[in-house]
Amino acid sequence: MDRRAREVVYFTFFRACALIVMLSLVVLIGYIATGGLERLSLEFLTEMPRRANTEGGILPAIVGTFYLMLIVVTVTVPIGIMSAIYLVEYEQSSWMGRVFKLAVYNLAGVPSIVYGLLGLGIFVVYLGLGFSLMSAGLTLSIMTLPLMISASQEAISAVPGSVREASMALGATKWQTILHHVLPYALPGIFTGMILSVSRAAGETAPLMLTGVAMSLQRLPDGFFDSFMALPYHIYYMATQSSDLIATRPLQYAAALVLLLLVLGMNIIAIVLRKRYREKYKW
Amino acid sequence: MALNLGGRNGSKRRVRRNAHLSPRERSIELTLTLATWTSVLALGAVFGELLLGALPAFYSINIIDFFSGTVWNPSHPVYPLYGILPLLVGTLMVSFGAALIAIPIGLGCTIWLAELAHPRLKAIFKPALEILAGIPSVIFGFFALVILSEWIAVMFDPVTKLNALNGAIMLAVMMIPIMVTVAEDAMHAVPDSLREASLALGATRWETIRHVVLPASLSGIVAAVVLGFGRAVGETMTVLMATGNASMLHFDLLRSVQTMTAAIAIDFGEVEFYSEHYHVLFLVGLTLFVITFIINLLADWVTRRYREEY
Repeated sequence: MDRRAREVVYFTFFRACALIVMLSLVVLIGYIATGGLERLSLEFLTEMPRRANTEGGILPAIVGTFYLMLIVVTVTVPIGIMSAIYLVEYEQSSWMGRVFKLAVYNLAGVPSIVYGLLGLGIFVVYLGLGFSLMSAGLTLSIMTLPLMISASQEAISAVPGSVREASMALGATKWQTILHHVLPYALPGIFTGMILSVSRAAGETAPLMLTGVAMSLQRLPDGFFDSFMALPYHIYYMATQSSDLIATRPLQYAAALVLLLLVLGMNIIAIVLRKRYREKYKW
Repeated sequence: MALNLGGRNGSKRRVRRNAHLSPRERSIELTLTLATWTSVLALGAVFGELLLGALPAFYSINIIDFFSGTVWNPSHPVYPLYGILPLLVGTLMVSFGAALIAIPIGLGCTIWLAELAHPRLKAIFKPALEILAGIPSVIFGFFALVILSEWIAVMFDPVTKLNALNGAIMLAVMMIPIMVTVAEDAMHAVPDSLREASLALGATRWETIRHVVLPASLSGIVAAVVLGFGRAVGETMTVLMATGNASMLHFDLLRSVQTMTAAIAIDFGEVEFYSEHYHVLFLVGLTLFVITFIINLLADWVTRRYREEY
């Protein structure tokens, strides 16, 4: 084959690949959206489930997921930011840095179900938190920690050294420099990382199955040590184990659409935020 | 590090590092150090917890039987059998199947993104990829269960409606965003001067990609594939919902399989605490952890090699 013709063939293949990937995204969202829209209503979002989830709404599942996100924000964000500051600004001995980086990197690759085992062993049994929102929330917090750390690290190290040097030259201490001159510039990036971490936690299911998510509750969780429903597990349960799989299909679609909108909404906010912030600060 | 104002000599710096700091500064540094240790502690806790949970299983069942057993039937009332092979083969079948689909498509997509795409298309495609990566796995699982399985039933006439192929295709879609992001980074890191030199010598754009860009970014591409594979091995919800969960040992993509992750997720719903089955599930978890840990180290090792190149 002619060299030019071969190039055309290969390039067509590459374009087709990109098209396939785009199409799979569109098809996935399209099916969930069209399937879910017919059943989605205000009542669906604000009512309690009835008759073993086959009627009524998904309010407890939505509230449960929001509680989980709340725990993740309060635990993961401060620890993640502090770790990132330490790793970027303070860490000086090379072997300690390697240990920390290796830990964060490997933590990110641990399968989510293994985090479930960790949560079961440590939070549910050893710390005696029981099958509760707190156990599940803390498990999700550990799971999302590496994401939060690496996003914050990236944001902090993007601030140029000249900012730090200028501040220190004027007599500011190291912490004053970080607090008043590095963090303000890194904040949008850190905020983006926070949204991404929380959205990851909102969509995660497997760890919840081992730390006490409930199949059906007719009430909202009563504090952080109560059992709870969560949106992703509700979808799994309804799609595989509900009493009438076919009849409740519209409900399953609607619940899937709610989760999809929640997670995608957060992702899109994060992407837009990062884009605007990158345009604002071009060092 | 930008803030290193101590002496250049390493040993001297260690002594003098904190000498000029006020107690306040020092306590802040200590707090930050402790926060950072959380990650190390968490990784240690994961490993320790798995080991502790799995330890009793070492006494009650034969480990050689565990790793070579071809039957996984833990809920048999009299003779429960704990052979991990059906689960391991299930995991590998689904993951390798996913890799076989994802590698050509992902690689083609990466080349398009890194070398061919118009900047405006690129500005749409990259966020779209990120959105695809952000979709929760339970949604992928739901799609596989309700829609993809119907398509496969029509096209391939499978033995069971939920089968390994169903899971493999869905995992491939999940793998691609990870693979493309990492691989594109590697191709992006290849300096333009190499491309220009090749084009100036009369090579076509494809020849330049094939003989210059791809070899130069090979280790990054390998790392991307390994990383994606690692995610596929550890994925739970998608395979749990897509593959039908029959823990039989076979090599037929069109039949139902159960993966290690799915076995842990399902069996924990009914297992009695501290029973033999409970501890064996921790042993399965430990095996899974070790496998993904090795895969991650491999990816890290390969990545570090390509970072050194340019």
